[in-house]
Amino acid sequence: MKTSELSRREFLKGTGALIVSFNLFPAASDLFAQSSANLLPNGDLDPQSLDSWLAIGADGTVTVFTSKVEIGTGTVTALAQIVAEELDVSVNRIKMVSGDTTKSVEQGSTVGSRSIERAGPQFKQAAAAARQELLKLAAARLAVTPDKLTVNDGVVSVIGDAGKKVSYAQLVGGKLFHVRITATGTGWDMKVAPEVKAKDPKDYKVVGTSVKRFELPAKVTGEYVYAHDVRIPGMLHGRVVRPPVVNTEPVSIEQDSIKHIPGVAMIVREGKFVGVVANTEWAAIKAAEALKITWSKPTTKLPANPDELFAYLKNTKPVRTQKAVEKGDLGAGFSQGKKTYQASYRWPFQMHGMIGPSCAVADVKGDRATIWSGPQGPFRTRGTIATLLKIPEQNVRVIYHEASGSYGRMSTDDGAEDAALLSRAVGAPVRVQWSRQDEHGWEPKGPAQLDEVKAAIDGDGKLIAWDFVDYGQPWTASGVTPLLASLQVGFKPNNPGQGNGTQGGGEIYEVANQKIVAEHINWHFPEPIPLRTSNLRAPGDPARCFASECFVDEIAVDLRVDPVDYRMRHLANNKRGSECLKAAADKAGWQKRPSPAPASSGNIARGRGIALTQRANAYCAIVADVEVNKTTGAVAVKKVVSSHDCGLMVNPDFVQNQVEGNVIQGVSRALFEEVTFDANGVTSLDWNSYPILKFTDVPELDIVLINRPEMASLGAGEPSTIPVAAAIGNAIFDAVGARLREVPFTPARVLTALKATPAANQKS
Amino acid sequence: MARISLKVNGKARVVDTDPETPLLYVLRNDLQLNGPKFGCGLAQCGACAVIMDGNAIRSCQLPVSSAQNRPVTTLEGLGSTKKMHRLQQAFVDEQAVQCGYCINGMIMTSKALLDKNPKPTDAQIKEALAGNLCRCGTHTRILRAIKRASGQKV
Repeated sequence: MKTSELSRREFLKGTGALIVSFNLFPAASDLFAQSSANLLPNGDLDPQSLDSWLAIGADGTVTVFTSKVEIGTGTVTALAQIVAEELDVSVNRIKMVSGDTTKSVEQGSTVGSRSIERAGPQFKQAAAAARQELLKLAAARLAVTPDKLTVNDGVVSVIGDAGKKVSYAQLVGGKLFHVRITATGTGWDMKVAPEVKAKDPKDYKVVGTSVKRFELPAKVTGEYVYAHDVRIPGMLHGRVVRPPVVNTEPVSIEQDSIKHIPGVAMIVREGKFVGVVANTEWAAIKAAEALKITWSKPTTKLPANPDELFAYLKNTKPVRTQKAVEKGDLGAGFSQGKKTYQASYRWPFQMHGMIGPSCAVADVKGDRATIWSGPQGPFRTRGTIATLLKIPEQNVRVIYHEASGSYGRMSTDDGAEDAALLSRAVGAPVRVQWSRQDEHGWEPKGPAQLDEVKAAIDGDGKLIAWDFVDYGQPWTASGVTPLLASLQVGFKPNNPGQGNGTQGGGEIYEVANQKIVAEHINWHFPEPIPLRTSNLRAPGDPARCFASECFVDEIAVDLRVDPVDYRMRHLANNKRGSECLKAAADKAGWQKRPSPAPASSGNIARGRGIALTQRANAYCAIVADVEVNKTTGAVAVKKVVSSHDCGLMVNPDFVQNQVEGNVIQGVSRALFEEVTFDANGVTSLDWNSYPILKFTDVPELDIVLINRPEMASLGAGEPSTIPVAAAIGNAIFDAVGARLREVPFTPARVLTALKATPAANQKS
Repeated sequence: MARISLKVNGKARVVDTDPETPLLYVLRNDLQLNGPKFGCGLAQCGACAVIMDGNAIRSCQLPVSSAQNRPVTTLEGLGSTKKMHRLQQAFVDEQAVQCGYCINGMIMTSKALLDKNPKPTDAQIKEALAGNLCRCGTHTRILRAIKRASGQKV
């Protein structure tokens, strides 16, 4: 494999010829030989230049430059649809150039289900500005006013006189626009060209259709170049040797321990960071395994088990309190309440669990670095590498190649840092791929959460007070804290880390007196620990929704009312929320009755459960049907119905695919997933000790997509994973009358809950 | 180091390597075949699957010396973007991919299945793929793609 790339000039020529460049790090201006007009003084692209967003080639190809990246969700193809729509060109004419920090404006990382919501309008407006300019040029060429023109697949013609026409390629093909547009704000908050009128959504022809993903043919044939497949001439292979337990550093390294392995180029030590570099990948792997290091005695210990962990979360003074909701008078609400309820719920550390481990290639030469990697935020990687190597940001070029499915994991580009340190030490390009054990051990985990909720109802059973507290770790690996290799070479965190979100704690319901807070519990230790934390898909929301939506069900059970009806009472003024809930219930054929279900004979008990959530104004409701084996405690999820409302759907099949994936991943997290650990660190170091859902566990899926073409588009990458555990927990209760307040719902926990439940409440 | 003779995708190839090197690294690094992927190195996930002697095997744990002169087929051996194998085409038709890192294993394992059992039931497909992990949750589409490739109603 060679890494090849098109230069900006070649795009503009539209010849399709490839310039093959190796170790290329030209000054950014060299990429724009025709003009430096669209560069800022620091060398980055100027968002106020239309040319920074898109270019039209001599063959009519429209090349779009974006910092948003494909992580398997279809985002990049969907952005192409948005551009094709505004420009009135076939989507096949669009070429997306994605994730090269020298070729795009920084639009923010591909995180938080924000890419279509935020980058979509940026491209919609930039493309509308391009169309406006093209019509102006065409009007001059055809000697009519722009309002007399129409466009069909990049050909502008006079309305009623189709013979008078000129193509986009003839107008500007191979040339820059030299058009200024407005762009205010930064990253995903950037507002691009709001002064330009875009199309009326009623006229959409491409947006709203299920165009097929651009990159799939290459993915199914082995032609796609993942980060793992990048090979650079002269490239060596590196491996990092992480400490075996928490809080240790290398005291001595026995160089002779690997002298029997041919092809080892170097042992690298920098502070607590130790790595090996070799001529072949296999030699690097063997050397990393064989290298004898004496590590210092650990000085501190982690909580040794879940009970210690949750006690730590509950009893440690928070470093920060994040208030999500504070309304009414909680004290008054509780004092007026006719009945008060209280419960707490636990959510374990869970993994992102990329099937392919971290991998990156770096080429560090002097004060310049090129990184080939798969970060969700290429500009973020640019910043962390610049800080690590102590060089200017513009001296770092990050070239994106998709990694393995990510779910937030590639927000923290650990592999790039490892590769950069090893490349700098050895003076050659170095590829680093983590072992499975290192990925399981050292990937930053989704934080553990303890959620405590108290509520009061009035005489009619209506909720009048709601007090929700989410205890958990902030993300110790985040945009505001050093990553693993940085910590190992001596950078210190000066921030507890970004918070793990606040949504899903019951804010969806109308309660007069309501408080929802997230307590951030410090999780920095003096030395790097394997239980690092970061954003895992819909960060924190699945746990909070599990607590709030099971708790609502518990109250409905106590009141002996139907759980859908009970929720609807608190959604009176929430049209989309109530419609979403109803859509799922209707699709599932929901029969109104209180839980648990009437007793049935036999060893297998069946139940159904529902849960609703809202994330960043997108809605999702889930109905789960389960079977519980009362002897073994095994839970099988038989069917999941999901209703989903994310506004205008740019590509309904991409939304459907995301909802399906979110539900299946959600079932996996609810039933199987818990990072195990002891005082020395993570003990889930492979797929046997951290099992995830298998084909034989897959439920039947039935998905209702609610399209709202009158609305802006919202994210679909996360919401539908949030209510899955809550719906399953409620379904288990419905089946057997036993309440599980801790994820995952393992057979042992089900049996324990059955034993703890008074026989009178249990179904026999 | 040793000279090892391989038969990959119908071609004779000779590599000079440590005979203990797992086949996966030789396919990827020496023969530049990126279809098979490193996932775990433990034969637990299936991302590295190739077909050898008609069976889908885990190339991450098979020493290259054990593959000498035995016919090995990788994802590239099935088809290309210009001329896709019907399984590859079915995965595109069903859009049965998200990140796609596991897809090599899904296609190679189902190829071996269909070669032996041209019309598998859903249960047989699930059983055949039970050792292949997909983290994106594309399972139901993968099942449909395999049904489609086998000429059965989806």
